[in-house]
Amino acid sequence: MTEINVRVDGVAYADAVEPRTLLVHYLREQLGKVGTVVGCDTSNCGACTVHLDGEAVKSCTVLAVQADGCEVTTIEGIAPQGSLHPMQKAFHEMHGLQCGFCTPGMIMASIDLVNDNPNPTDDEVREGIEGNLCRCTGYQNIVRAVQQAAAEMSGGAPTSSETLGAQS
Amino acid sequence: MTMVDEPTGTQAPEKEVGKARRRKEDARLITGKTTWTDNMSLPGMLHIAVVRSPVAHARISNVDVSAAKAAPGVIEVYTGRDFAEEQGSLPCAWPVTPDMVNPGHPSIAVDSVNHVGEAVALIVARSKVAAQDAVELVDIDYDVLPPVLRMEEAVKDGADLVHDELSSNTSYHFVFDAGDAGLGGNTDQAFADAEVVVSRRFVNQRLIPAFMEPRSCVVSPQGDNYTMWSSTQIPHILRVMLAMVTGVPEHKLRIIAPDVGGGFGGKLQVNPEEVLALLVARRLGKPVKWTETRSESLMTAHHGRDQIQFIDIAADREGNVKGLKVRLLADMGAYLRLITPGVPALGAFMFPAIYKFPAYHFECDGVFTNKVPTDAYRGAGRPEATFAVERIMDELAVELGMDPLELRRKNWIQAQEFPFTTIAGLEYDSGDYEQATQQALQLIGYDELRAEQRQRRESGDPVQLGIGFSTFTEMCGLAPSRVLGSLAFGAGGWEHASIRMLPTGKVEVVTGSTPHGQGHETAWSQLVADELGVPFEDVEVLHGDTSISSRGLDTYGSRSLVVGGTAVVKAAEKVVAKARKIAAHLLEASEDDLEFTGGKFSVRGTPGTGLGIQEIALAIFAAHNYPEGIEPSIDADATFDPVNFSFPHGTHICAMEVDTETGMVKIRKYASVDDIGKIVNPLIVEGQIHGGLAQGIAQALYEEAVYDDDGNLTTGTFVDYLVPAASDLPHFDTGNTVHEAPGNPIGAKGVGEAGCIASTPAVVNAALDAVRHLGVTDIQMPLTPERVWRAIHQGGDGGERATAGTIAWGGASTETTTGVSTDASSLGGDR
Repeated sequence: MTEINVRVDGVAYADAVEPRTLLVHYLREQLGKVGTVVGCDTSNCGACTVHLDGEAVKSCTVLAVQADGCEVTTIEGIAPQGSLHPMQKAFHEMHGLQCGFCTPGMIMASIDLVNDNPNPTDDEVREGIEGNLCRCTGYQNIVRAVQQAAAEMSGGAPTSSETLGAQS
Repeated sequence: MTMVDEPTGTQAPEKEVGKARRRKEDARLITGKTTWTDNMSLPGMLHIAVVRSPVAHARISNVDVSAAKAAPGVIEVYTGRDFAEEQGSLPCAWPVTPDMVNPGHPSIAVDSVNHVGEAVALIVARSKVAAQDAVELVDIDYDVLPPVLRMEEAVKDGADLVHDELSSNTSYHFVFDAGDAGLGGNTDQAFADAEVVVSRRFVNQRLIPAFMEPRSCVVSPQGDNYTMWSSTQIPHILRVMLAMVTGVPEHKLRIIAPDVGGGFGGKLQVNPEEVLALLVARRLGKPVKWTETRSESLMTAHHGRDQIQFIDIAADREGNVKGLKVRLLADMGAYLRLITPGVPALGAFMFPAIYKFPAYHFECDGVFTNKVPTDAYRGAGRPEATFAVERIMDELAVELGMDPLELRRKNWIQAQEFPFTTIAGLEYDSGDYEQATQQALQLIGYDELRAEQRQRRESGDPVQLGIGFSTFTEMCGLAPSRVLGSLAFGAGGWEHASIRMLPTGKVEVVTGSTPHGQGHETAWSQLVADELGVPFEDVEVLHGDTSISSRGLDTYGSRSLVVGGTAVVKAAEKVVAKARKIAAHLLEASEDDLEFTGGKFSVRGTPGTGLGIQEIALAIFAAHNYPEGIEPSIDADATFDPVNFSFPHGTHICAMEVDTETGMVKIRKYASVDDIGKIVNPLIVEGQIHGGLAQGIAQALYEEAVYDDDGNLTTGTFVDYLVPAASDLPHFDTGNTVHEAPGNPIGAKGVGEAGCIASTPAVVNAALDAVRHLGVTDIQMPLTPERVWRAIHQGGDGGERATAGTIAWGGASTETTTGVSTDASSLGGDR
């Protein structure tokens, strides 16, 4: 077992992990951060995407020990409780999800994409999220969502405090 | 009486149905506050890992589990012998013919294995990691038998057998003859008399549903009761079937489908692992969990499609169709699962499509092979039929020198002919094929595209342009129970709902239709808000737990809104009827004098009076003052059994660029106009169409489950099985026409499968239209650049799969998918 110190969604943890433990398994099984999910075993689907020191990574391709000393942000930590990140709000408003299993990873990858490219074209969004698979939506509404969130994020609008659900 | 009536209010309250409501479901899904089965952890819970067969066909000669049993953290190791007496057979609910051969389907192999990935042993351990580590320690000896992999060889006399106790590899021979059924003329005569006959052999390749959430189940024993959480589309059916298979009494079994991450038919199954988890939990008296890896999912969850289609069409020179003959070989895989045999048989009724064939004959052989079983996948029988008929209409048009749309128009059912009974005996409910087609032509900019196509032809552009059509219909709203009975299906097709009026006026709606991404919570809230006149926000929709939703038949076949939504509406009508009696009592008026609008009962002609249904809910909870002779409740249940299917239709048009030098294809534009009847939520409808299009296009261009010559699945990861990414798909231009379904009070027809059923032939027809002038008449799906290039430059249909040694060649990845390689697989085993 190896000792690691890691901050996840703003909370500091000191834990012993097997060196072979993947970051996603550490998050889910040791920390109970089950908002981040596992969709494949070949790093193709991107469902497990989180931010490691601000950059999107597939947490199934990072060992927990590699996160030692790092800051990890998951879908559960991108907005204060009771409020939404512009990307979450945009996925809701643009109907960018159906079953929702790919959504945490898709949102985390999309935030990283917009951080790098604040005003992406349709094609740039499609290429930017090609590491994340969605089986439900056909992606069109995800593209719309990312572009809407990009506009809000670059406009410096405050994080929405929209009540979830039941919005028309 | 005054000269001026008091304003009686008000305009009709704004309807919820038709609004693009944002989904209630999203709140938990976008924040990670989800309840996927694999998130579940119970005190003392043990973990199951499955040891799977690395060979397609073999006798098990020896099993040694001693090393695995001794491994750290391992509690128990089981083999098929341990459960041989109690596992029974996985159920097949659809014996399509009386003499259908069903060899039985053990959940865990006892003496023999019949496909790669079949369960042969179970590790039960204290952690998932410990269980997984011990898998490699189980030592099994296999006496390998020749694998049966190709249907056309499997049905020949003297072929190797999948099940050597059977006399052949044919499970059933299903025939539907319209002449014999009194629905049409003699098909042989129609062909003998025809001026033109076109015959084709199409391959509708094997696909994998590839839902994003891997399957998972948790079983918790409490005394003699068991609760199972499972990532399933069908908690109700699963409960009945598990009770029948395992002998655990149905009333001692509770099934919960929490958040379920997609299904597409792939979770319409009673899985071996669900049976085994229940048996292990019963044996050990401890909670257990099984969650599959993606590789396990692709290799062992049921597949879809996989038909060889021989289709013949007869016509006169003017393009009037005279007859249709279909013969299918349908790959069952090694066993029959829940509705394996019924999927191609369902297609029997859809091959005539929207055309007025005077004669029709259909036959289908269900064939066993040493592959994972096939079963429902988005459309289940209807996409296969639609593909073949829309492809052959194009081939006939080419033969006749006619415009493909003109040929369709000449033969399709006219708007004024509805309801129309087809040659297959279905009564199509409503629609207007011309209207949808005109709208789609405008949406895609048809004339400009044809002009560009001509220009590219004339200039000899290496990138050619093609335009393909699919004018489709489908049967949805599964299903009238009596019709299912006549087809020998093992259950009905009704759906159940109940509505509970809570004291504070809030409303709980319980639906038997279990969603896994479709947005039932939102759409059902809209229905109930309109029916009861309560705010959308005041409605909560409950589902997916057999203790909460006692009756139901779950979600598949575009049935949820049409059948399940109707049950909700019927339950709401009963709530209003019960509330009316109490309102009359409290308002001291006759029931007949009450009107109910906007959630309020008022006495006709006496403005200002009124009692809200939410107030009545509190009054009847207190129950201090209510009429004699009735129960103090306004809650209600309803079960709806449709009398007919519903028939969505539409016109899909694809414009495709084909690079004749590289074989690369690219969808330039895609337009679809779907008539799905009344639209309850346009946002959800559009999303369903988009997702369906993505899957239908993926069949045409990307996806294929490939087995090598040893029966190894060589597309066993997302590296090899090409679920499209955002960059692989075009923008879709979608539209709707609306002809309400007469068979249900909502007027809805169903939208879940439309995009998937319609799009595949439109895409292939478009690619062929681009390269017909180069002599290409068919290209097998998926249209990989290599196949397209070979069809253009070497003739033929591009071949069954890529040749050995090329990047697209499936055999190359054999060693990574199963860990076992034989001479044949490592050398290539090209077909």
